[in-house]
Amino acid sequence: MSFILDRNDDVLLVDVEGQLVVTNRQEFKQAVLDAVEQGVRTVVVDFTRSEYIDSSGLGALVSLSKRVRDAGGDLRLAGLNDDLRTLFELTRLDQLFPLYATRADALAAR
Amino acid sequence: MATRLPSRVVRDAADPVTSPSAHVPGEDARTPITRAWRLASDLTLIEPVVETIVALCVSAGFPARHCHLNVPVAITEALANAMLRGNGGDPSRSVQVSMELDLQSLRVEVTDEGAGFDLVALQQSPDEADWFEREDGRGVFLMRTLMDRVESAGPDAESGHCLRLILHRAS
Repeated sequence: MSFILDRNDDVLLVDVEGQLVVTNRQEFKQAVLDAVEQGVRTVVVDFTRSEYIDSSGLGALVSLSKRVRDAGGDLRLAGLNDDLRTLFELTRLDQLFPLYATRADALAAR
Repeated sequence: MATRLPSRVVRDAADPVTSPSAHVPGEDARTPITRAWRLASDLTLIEPVVETIVALCVSAGFPARHCHLNVPVAITEALANAMLRGNGGDPSRSVQVSMELDLQSLRVEVTDEGAGFDLVALQQSPDEADWFEREDGRGVFLMRTLMDRVESAGPDAESGHCLRLILHRAS
């Protein structure tokens, strides 16, 4: 499991490979928080290559969403497959995050 | 510029079963498949166990959603909960996992050395006021939502605290 970070001005694209779970949530959070501290205001997390997310991963996203909003930006999710989308619906967190089919859609929504 | 953060190294889970996809074909489909692990309270040991259980569910013909969502998420929750809450993150304390799988259902028991917890009291809900703000506190909700049954037993001095998760294939 790893993340690929791609920053362009105030936009950060995070490509999540594998899982976003209890073992890597802190690493994920810190990477995004560092970018926000350095001026990023739009964060797009792309789950196209992700397998699953547990409650720790969901919690990290919830926490980051608030931190990014507090900084005047927003956090968007892209590339969720049907199973991951179901996870967000079950937890009603689909109401918290803007969900986009692709990273291009998420970036275009600026 | 793209930056790749280093992947975490997943250590050997001391899993006596090391090749998840190789178990089922030679086994009688009518005989329940059983596996057991004893793990230190080390979060990096969770993934190999989850992958093994998922692979066995795939081989047993469980629906794709079970294999991609219900099983990996719920089992990850149960093991992380046992290590972090049950055992307080103490690596010297162990977590025992036993699995029984047949064509009808998956049963997983996760036993830690902790004092246990009240499943009902921890039954969080998206209706709670801080659901969209707080970072933690969704694990039990997810386990109960993704499994058909979640039962808590113990603790007792000999067997510890046990969480039993059951998922029926037809659900």
